[in-house]
Amino acid sequence: MKGIGVSPGIVIGRVLLKEEKQILVEKRDIKNYEEEIQRFKRAIESGKSEIQDIYDNVLKNMGETEASIFEAHLMILEDPEMVEQVEKKIEENKVNAEWALKEISEMFISMFEAMDNEYMKERAADIKDVTSRLMKKLLNIEEVNFSELVNEVIIVAHDLTPSDTSQIDKNKVLGFITEIGGRTSHSAIMARTLEIPAIVAVKDVTTKVKNGDLIVFDGEEGLIHINPEEQIVKLYEDKKAEYNKSQKQLSLLIGKESITIDGIRVELAANIGTPKDLESVINNDGEGIGLFRSEFLYMDRKTAPSEEEQFEAYKEVAEKMKNKPVVIRTLDVGGDKELEYLNLPKEMNPFLGYRAIRVCLDKVDIFKTQLRAILRASAYGNIKIMFPMISSIEELRAAKAILQEVRNELIKENIKFNEKLEVGIMIEIPAAAIISDLLAKEVDFFSIGTNDLIQYTTAVDRMNEKISHLYNPFHPALLRLVKLVIDSAHKENKWVGMCGEVAGDPKLIPILIGMGLDEFSMSPISILKARGIIRNISQDKMRDLAQQVINLPTAEEVENFIEKNINLKH
Amino acid sequence: MQEAEIVIINEQGLHARPASIVAKKASKFTSHITIVKDGKEYNAKSIINILSMGASKGDKLKVVANGEDEEEAVEELRTVIEKEIAAL
Repeated sequence: MKGIGVSPGIVIGRVLLKEEKQILVEKRDIKNYEEEIQRFKRAIESGKSEIQDIYDNVLKNMGETEASIFEAHLMILEDPEMVEQVEKKIEENKVNAEWALKEISEMFISMFEAMDNEYMKERAADIKDVTSRLMKKLLNIEEVNFSELVNEVIIVAHDLTPSDTSQIDKNKVLGFITEIGGRTSHSAIMARTLEIPAIVAVKDVTTKVKNGDLIVFDGEEGLIHINPEEQIVKLYEDKKAEYNKSQKQLSLLIGKESITIDGIRVELAANIGTPKDLESVINNDGEGIGLFRSEFLYMDRKTAPSEEEQFEAYKEVAEKMKNKPVVIRTLDVGGDKELEYLNLPKEMNPFLGYRAIRVCLDKVDIFKTQLRAILRASAYGNIKIMFPMISSIEELRAAKAILQEVRNELIKENIKFNEKLEVGIMIEIPAAAIISDLLAKEVDFFSIGTNDLIQYTTAVDRMNEKISHLYNPFHPALLRLVKLVIDSAHKENKWVGMCGEVAGDPKLIPILIGMGLDEFSMSPISILKARGIIRNISQDKMRDLAQQVINLPTAEEVENFIEKNINLKH
Repeated sequence: MQEAEIVIINEQGLHARPASIVAKKASKFTSHITIVKDGKEYNAKSIINILSMGASKGDKLKVVANGEDEEEAVEELRTVIEKEIAAL
């Protein structure tokens, strides 16, 4: 059966079916409605204390974000609208609390389920969870308890509520499968947080299995096999062993050097969008931040961010990374993004238009504010500055002149900053790659932005479905430009890094090592795999292969050559 | 009566976590507080009401308070929605 794989991992195990006990609620006439209201109030108090316990538990064992959903549940129980309406119904219609609760909660639930927004629809599930707990209290029904499992199981259910997942004991629950849900539903999020494999949206699965059935599944693939034949079980057992081995090997690379067999060290850094991404960088043993995108400070607001606000954000990252390098890229936005206060014109060709450094060189106030904030933050760590979209020496000199003005201002104001701050540029425009020998004399480093470099060089918009297949990192032109840029930098004794997706591509990393790339900046989760690859190759051998690769005529031949001649295992 | 206008700026609008922050804050005041969206009134102390508003990014809301602490209520709620929730 097929569903949506939402949490990776291979599972082989036996089913524990969580049945949806249909709670039958009868309408009863109540004479003593005051007593009934009291009974309702007691059920609420009991529910609140239960949820409070779960909240405390989850807060201790998992964290604030996971626990916050229970805080929301508590508020639902205390919600004046809901409570008052139920009590009013008991009094006015002289009915039992269960019936009143059923009517009122169903009203709210259908209101949420009718909303267009995916997220709001999921909130209906929260209300169901809370009212069902309350209903069970009123009817004196016991809750199913996942925290007291004896055997290891795979839970199969229509849905798993936050209350359900809060009780999951990772040692006993090997994985779970639900009939409804999606990538952003609560059950999926909890599966990833608990690091338990899971597949959701497997329609009618609860009718197709019973307790004790054998199930195998791959949480990434989204396919489940019920009571499969031996060969399929063996297949998954092998898959599982492979997966576990590879996960373990990756974690063994934490703390190891990013060094080739023949002793060439490189820096493996991370691309981040906000300070919140830092946790992932540290967990994945990132050696620095090769690209700190500053746009998050400018988006979704009505006015430009102040110097103070920016300073705090840059300082936070610098301090948390201690003396590991943090390369901050100056504002890189264009007409494709909505930034009211910048008054960016709607253009026919925003990617060839008024954006990034061009905006900054025009709106000098905004540029200076950012530069001031970055310079001030440089006193607290190892910060470097990088200008995006440079297409000429003139642009670079203009940007550096403004930076110098800002330096002078800070010196006059007696504000400290790192006087030795490194200044570099992104190489993403072909013109810059072609004159990189000249640019190298006037910067401290380059960072190659392959995402845009590929687009500009081959004139392909990767978002255009009709031609997106032409967007190809193995294109000989790209590889030649990359080599040219690396050679230009090294000739002037400057270091060169890469912050595009290519830097994390396992097939291209060996070639880049062969070309002499000094720094690879990628998504944090790709770092350990990259380290594994690098530790398994020799730069000397890769240099020869890189030489051969740039003389191949087609992208396909390049890729085939790499697959044939390089050991891509990590 | 005190009122103030606010624009929702965070990506997911007023979803569960910010909704509970708003309801919690509103519950601290004795004033009757409502949030008005598209002409409809919602009880700011009710998390269900706030969620059912379906407030999303770009929506303009009005906070209205009536009671002894109405000034404080409007000011603090405006701060909560504008500053703290936008950062979520």
